[in-house]
Amino acid sequence: MEQGSSYTSHKHDVLVIGAGGAGLRASIEASACGAKVGLVCKSLLGKAHTVMAEGGVAAALGNVDDRDNWRVHFSDTMRGGQYLNNWRMAELHAKEAPDRVRELEKWGALMDRTPDGRILQRNFGGHRYPRLAHVGDRTGLEMIRTLQDHGIHQGLDVFMEYTVLELIKDGDRVVGALGYDRERGRFHVFQANAIVLATGGIGRAYKITSNSWEYTGDGHALAYLAGADLADMEFIQFHPTGMVWPPSVKGILVTEGVRGEGGVLRNSQGKRFMFDDIPDLYKDQTADNEEEGWRYVTGDKDARRPPELLTRDHVARCIVNETKSGRGSPHGGVFLDISWVKEKIKDSEAHIRKKLPSMYHQFKELAGIDITKEPMEVGPTTHYIMGGIRVDGDTQMSTVPGLFAAGECASGLHGANRLGGNSLSDLLVFGKRAGEHAAAFATEHGEGDIDANVIGAAIDESLAPFEREGDENPYQLQYELQDLMQDHVGIVRNEADMMKGVAGVRELEERAKKARVDGHREFNPGWHTALDLRNLLIVSEAIARSALDRTESRGGHFREDFPAKDEGQANHNTVVRRSSEGSMNVSRQQIAAMSDELIDIIKEMG
Amino acid sequence: MSSGKTVSFWISRGEGDRTEFKEYSTTITEGMVVLDAVHQIQAESAPDLACRWNCKAGKCGSCSAEVNGKPALMCMTRMNDLDLSQPVSIEPMKAFPRIRDLVTDVSWNYAVKERIKKFNPRAPDSPDGTWRMQQADVERAQEFRKCIECFLCQDVCHVLREHGRHDRFGGPRHFVYTAALEMHPLDTENRLKGLKDTDGIGYCNITKCCTKVCPEHITITDNAIIPLKERVADEFYDPLTKLFRIFKPKREPRR
Ligand SMILES: Cc1cc2nc3c(=O)[nH]c(=O)nc-3n(C[C@H](O)[C@H](O)[C@H](O)COP(=O)(O)OP(=O)(O)OC[C@H]3O[C@@H](n4cnc5c(N)ncnc54)[C@H](O)[C@@H]3O)c2cc1C
Ligand code: SF4
Ligand code: SF4
Ligand code: FES
Repeated sequence: MEQGSSYTSHKHDVLVIGAGGAGLRASIEASACGAKVGLVCKSLLGKAHTVMAEGGVAAALGNVDDRDNWRVHFSDTMRGGQYLNNWRMAELHAKEAPDRVRELEKWGALMDRTPDGRILQRNFGGHRYPRLAHVGDRTGLEMIRTLQDHGIHQGLDVFMEYTVLELIKDGDRVVGALGYDRERGRFHVFQANAIVLATGGIGRAYKITSNSWEYTGDGHALAYLAGADLADMEFIQFHPTGMVWPPSVKGILVTEGVRGEGGVLRNSQGKRFMFDDIPDLYKDQTADNEEEGWRYVTGDKDARRPPELLTRDHVARCIVNETKSGRGSPHGGVFLDISWVKEKIKDSEAHIRKKLPSMYHQFKELAGIDITKEPMEVGPTTHYIMGGIRVDGDTQMSTVPGLFAAGECASGLHGANRLGGNSLSDLLVFGKRAGEHAAAFATEHGEGDIDANVIGAAIDESLAPFEREGDENPYQLQYELQDLMQDHVGIVRNEADMMKGVAGVRELEERAKKARVDGHREFNPGWHTALDLRNLLIVSEAIARSALDRTESRGGHFREDFPAKDEGQANHNTVVRRSSEGSMNVSRQQIAAMSDELIDIIKEMG
Repeated sequence: MSSGKTVSFWISRGEGDRTEFKEYSTTITEGMVVLDAVHQIQAESAPDLACRWNCKAGKCGSCSAEVNGKPALMCMTRMNDLDLSQPVSIEPMKAFPRIRDLVTDVSWNYAVKERIKKFNPRAPDSPDGTWRMQQADVERAQEFRKCIECFLCQDVCHVLREHGRHDRFGGPRHFVYTAALEMHPLDTENRLKGLKDTDGIGYCNITKCCTKVCPEHITITDNAIIPLKERVADEFYDPLTKLFRIFKPKREPRR
């Protein structure tokens, strides 16, 4: 085979893996701290998932409603997360998000404005006040482009279309990473004093998802294999509104912004079913009639929010309930209607196109539907994982020294359920912190040793799919895993199904050892798919095992065999760790006691 | 469209000069886009067929290619909008060197962008370090900031595609980028010399091909290129064009 198992070496103080919002922000910070930074990403720069975020970035700027402040944002985040959040992270996030958003403006972001010229903020589910800074419905694009265009002048070494396969340790500490470039299929060893994982999520473990091919849980799996703890892996966010038709676009996201702008959910009988099931925790914050809901979305400060803007886990389950009870739309979803606002505002069509341009575009081009005139059909889609690498709230360091994590691949901020908009702010706040602390760690600890034998073995393993006799098609294995997870560890879970899920993952693991690919190493997606399988299988097993361990329903985790919340399980995070023999262990980690100040805030906000 | 129709494709495959069209067929169902067909072909009969994609929703600008000779995003090109009585041809973009199959080397674009002077804001308007901008004033630059960097405009521009002037012409994408900076209400930098010399805006003869292919419907020529050309002309050539300026400069150019 050409080039065999030779490799090229690179050396940096800090290596950042992932160039979404978190990775870019971390790189910019580490570089500003004086570190020599390498930045590796699987796609071209600017194409990471962050580019797809639509609705906005949450920060208590108080520009639209001056009652907002970090304390309200903190308590909203904790309530949304059902108090399983790392409260220190929730505190730092609420306090620092405003500065991080304003900093984007300093770097050239152009967000929508209030009449007095400040950053405009919109309503979103679970946020008490209008809090999401945004640009129409392409906020993620604005954010990633701003960071990218600022970052390219910071002297970063960018490695586009490189995939990291393995982390390399020296004793306890992480000291480097092995990867390959997609273009030529050559191997590269990145030596670094500190590493930041910012690899995003795991959506490709499911069949119906808003996530791209990149989301194979690489960072989760790399950290796990390096001995780091994963936490809260049972908590996956199924976004209530994905497209359901035509089949080929099933799962593509319909932003919550549609509901924030007044869109309503109806069943096949034309009923706004969300009014029928409002959880107690949110009763006094939720409108009990349609008129009040409309007043809320048009900015009436005395009105309470419509039930369509309840947390995502709840809305998703209500939709499943409608479709299961035979009140769904023709293609197995429910109706999401924004066109009805024509009853309320003049020139509603232009208004909708202005507020939701990319949704208008998306439905027009992909489904042939004009959302200014007719309702959309929507249903739940796998969207986000709250769980991930367990990190220290202040420094973002994992349980493995020198290994940091930020963004979607880290856990903590969101607890059992993430509020919309809290991810983009998460990337900024904790991307910055991870970059800063990784740079400090790099200065303090210097270089480690890289063992050539470890590298040789890892290279051989990744080349095995070309050489083995097996007959398994890697694409087919990925499809089967997606079906398995969708059917057995999906929105509504039970023990028997999940046991089948775990057994199925095990079986696929065996078959993956026989995955074979043809062709050569240059830009060969079959090979890439085969290599991604290991990671997908690890995260799938971690999800299923964590979900089995939590015998209650909370946030993104719903079990029909334990449909209620259990106070006895309100104080721990589920932790997954690799045993020295290589098996997956699940344990319960008590949540540390909250500071008195924060307890008071939660009491006060009710 | 009737569901379950078998459609043939001619996909351009190979590397460097060793390329050829290969024929594939797959079953097309309702609502499918070209990218779905490519993925299906990958899974069924060509596992090593190289293509780029991420979002599948026209948001990331990764899946640019030429479908039946027309530059387009594969994820936004619906199969039922194509003539299916003949094989559908899929080729990579032509203005950039091919890496493999449908994947081209677009790194040149990243290098061009890096040499354009970065955003440089005026001092904050308010003691708390923030700025005030009116929505009406941000909208002009917001149009340009919709760019998803698909590089389809670069692909159709004859200056790059036919004349290969990559060494002296930045291309429409970078005029859009420069326009976004120049028309940013807070920016104080002057990029006119770069536009004229390094990025060769003078080579553009306003054919508007770029505007026609832009999937984000950015009015590249009228709103970005022409005003920039006028600024350049103003600064370097003919004081009279000042009379015909479409917009007022937001400040005196720095010298
Ligand atoms: C359609 C959609 C809409 C959304 N809307 C919102 C919203 O309005 N508000 C909000 O707050 N959140 C939103 N989210 C969630 C949010 O966008 C994501 O959680 C967030 O962007 C993740 O950012 P990140 O930096 O952690 O990772 P990403 O942006 O996904 O970046 C991951 C990076 O890691 C790289 N990578 C992964 N594995 C490897 C590897 N093995 N080797 C090298 N590189 C690797 C990838 O190439 C990529 O560069 C949305 C998500 C989706 C899918
Ligand atoms: S208008 Fe100018 S930039 Fe656009 S395609 Fe024509 S020559 Fe190229
Ligand atoms: S200006 Fe339009 S066509 Fe050109 S790169 Fe940007 S989005 Fe693509
Ligand atoms: S895949 Fe993102 S634009 Fe086509």
